[in-house]
Amino acid sequence: MASWLRTRRTMAVAAKEVRQLARDLVTGGLIVGVPLMQMLLFGYAINFDVRHLNTAVLDAANTSMSRQFVAELRATQVADIVAQVRSKPELAALMRAGRVAVGVVIPADFERRLQENQRSAVQLLVDGSQPSLAGVIAGVAQMPMLQRAGGSALANTKRLATSRISVRTLYNPELRTAVQIVPTLIGVILSMTMVIFTAGAIVRERERGNLELLIATPLGRLELMVGKLLPFIAIGLIQTTLILIVGRYLFRVPVIGHLVDLYVSAMLFIAATLALGLVVSTLAKTQFQAFQLAFVTMLPSLLLSGFMFPFAGMPQAAQWIAEILPLTHFNVMVRGIVLRGAGLSELWPQIGKLSLFFFVMMFFAISRFQKRLD
Amino acid sequence: MTEVAAVNAISARGLTRRFGARLAVDCVNLDIPPGRIYGFLGPNGSGKSTTLRMLCGLLRPSAGSARVLGLDVAREAEAIRLQMGYMPQRFSLWDDLTVLENLRFMAQIYGLNASLAKTRIAARLRDYSLASLSDQRAATMSGGQRQRLALAAATIHEPRLLLLDEPTSAVDPQSRRDFWERLFTLANAGTTILVSTHYMDEAERCHGLAILAEGRLVAEGTPRKLMLEIDAEVFELEGEGLPAAQALLRQLPWIQGVAQLGMRLHVLASRGVTDSLQLIDRLLQQQAIAAKVARVQANLEDVFVVATRQRAVRTAAHG
Repeated sequence: MASWLRTRRTMAVAAKEVRQLARDLVTGGLIVGVPLMQMLLFGYAINFDVRHLNTAVLDAANTSMSRQFVAELRATQVADIVAQVRSKPELAALMRAGRVAVGVVIPADFERRLQENQRSAVQLLVDGSQPSLAGVIAGVAQMPMLQRAGGSALANTKRLATSRISVRTLYNPELRTAVQIVPTLIGVILSMTMVIFTAGAIVRERERGNLELLIATPLGRLELMVGKLLPFIAIGLIQTTLILIVGRYLFRVPVIGHLVDLYVSAMLFIAATLALGLVVSTLAKTQFQAFQLAFVTMLPSLLLSGFMFPFAGMPQAAQWIAEILPLTHFNVMVRGIVLRGAGLSELWPQIGKLSLFFFVMMFFAISRFQKRLD
Repeated sequence: MTEVAAVNAISARGLTRRFGARLAVDCVNLDIPPGRIYGFLGPNGSGKSTTLRMLCGLLRPSAGSARVLGLDVAREAEAIRLQMGYMPQRFSLWDDLTVLENLRFMAQIYGLNASLAKTRIAARLRDYSLASLSDQRAATMSGGQRQRLALAAATIHEPRLLLLDEPTSAVDPQSRRDFWERLFTLANAGTTILVSTHYMDEAERCHGLAILAEGRLVAEGTPRKLMLEIDAEVFELEGEGLPAAQALLRQLPWIQGVAQLGMRLHVLASRGVTDSLQLIDRLLQQQAIAAKVARVQANLEDVFVVATRQRAVRTAAHG
């Protein structure tokens, strides 16, 4: 069959899709609204800088030195001192009730301990059910009084920290959270919106009764699938641009590498994610099922791609899954290009993996989709 | 090519389709000559849609085979689709596209080049009274308008064969009449049209007719031949005491059906009863029912009732 005919039919499907999207105000709003909202939510809410934790202080020393320590603790803004308690059971009760997240115990021999190297000057009780331990410890460790004590007390606090909980690597005071978060947000936001957009693509035609007519025409499976993808690649690139602009001007995260490299990577990632969405669309019977399935594919991406949790801490099986996910590889690319100025020539393993994922998913979607009703 | 055109547009042998344990279409044979309007008449669930879907390659036959336009439906579906137009039972064009956009899309899908598409769309807008609606979205149109649009789209590539699945189910009587005028125009131009319906008046307009019941083809022929060769005698009663007459006739084993039509009783009787007219007349007199009985020509509904009843009797005998 003549390839111009294939191209014409593919473009006809793409043009139809764009028209329908343009008329669907809700979806149209989602194209711009979802990235903006997620950008603001993630950009501001996912923040590893810890501030204003409810804190109770048990000052057994009650000397001018210990009162000064408490004042300095307050000044760091890491801790909001909401209670002064007299006994450890009282402190424990407050923590159990969840009224405070941090307990600071200043022993009676606080001043002597400050002079010594072997013993820690202050005991921190931290609510382990809250995810911000590292921040507290680091924040307190930087306090002027402990610093002034010749670094020895700091060392003790560190030891206390490292012996109780080994999360110090999570927190890096040199790096702003936004710089870590914003580049990976491109991939996170795209995987959320792209899968959802295409997951509905085939199912919607099925639900509205269009599919029975469509598959009784000479329109080919590949033509239909590619025609459905093309408009969303453009939409994905628009979203990428939006995220980059917000990142640049709101969160002050510039792109160090080449924009062209970034867009090529984004296009590849978008195509891979859309292909996954198409697979979902051929598996689901209704739009509702499609969206649920889309959500199921999204979770592993968010959790395992190294966006939320560090890759190295995951069990082997989780790392294998992560290796399959396009977001894992795209995050490597985007961090490289945006933060370290890497070029595509250094990122060919990721390019290869994303391409492979795209072709496998397209193959799967097309072979799943038959021009029959049975 | 001329040789193919001379033979049947559709021929099916033992066409069968199962959905799980249910037999939706049971061993249907068809021979439909080209350039005719051929009707599938049957109640809901009789296998009309399933047969149409098998003929356009949307469903694979569980058994049997069919050739459409000289091509095998199982192996050459794509080649058939180039020369075939299909109108599913449910409106299947895009609600959020306008008339013009829907037609343009279908023209592109069927590979019409830009200038041909333009003239073809202009012709369809004119012939199907859609010109004034060309910028209206399909969602906002009436049943009759949507149906005209669907037919315009299904014929945009001038197919040799049209498969129409209950095309007039959501349409008022005037629109139905107009629709059939258009079908005859298409058939006269050489298009073969296969149309399913459960309207008797529509079925009567077809060149050829197949009556389907529970997946089986129970009667076939021209409507006229079917009515003349009906395996029953038809009487009508007029006058007083029709309810009593109805009760009386229903007790007779050789009466297949009694239906009241306004001031008349329409009676279907089995063949093979000698002097059945006189027999009924005598019975009415004995009961002092003042109604007159006369033999009448069978209509298509009689054909349908007899054909589907015989099927039911056969099934009962098998069970």
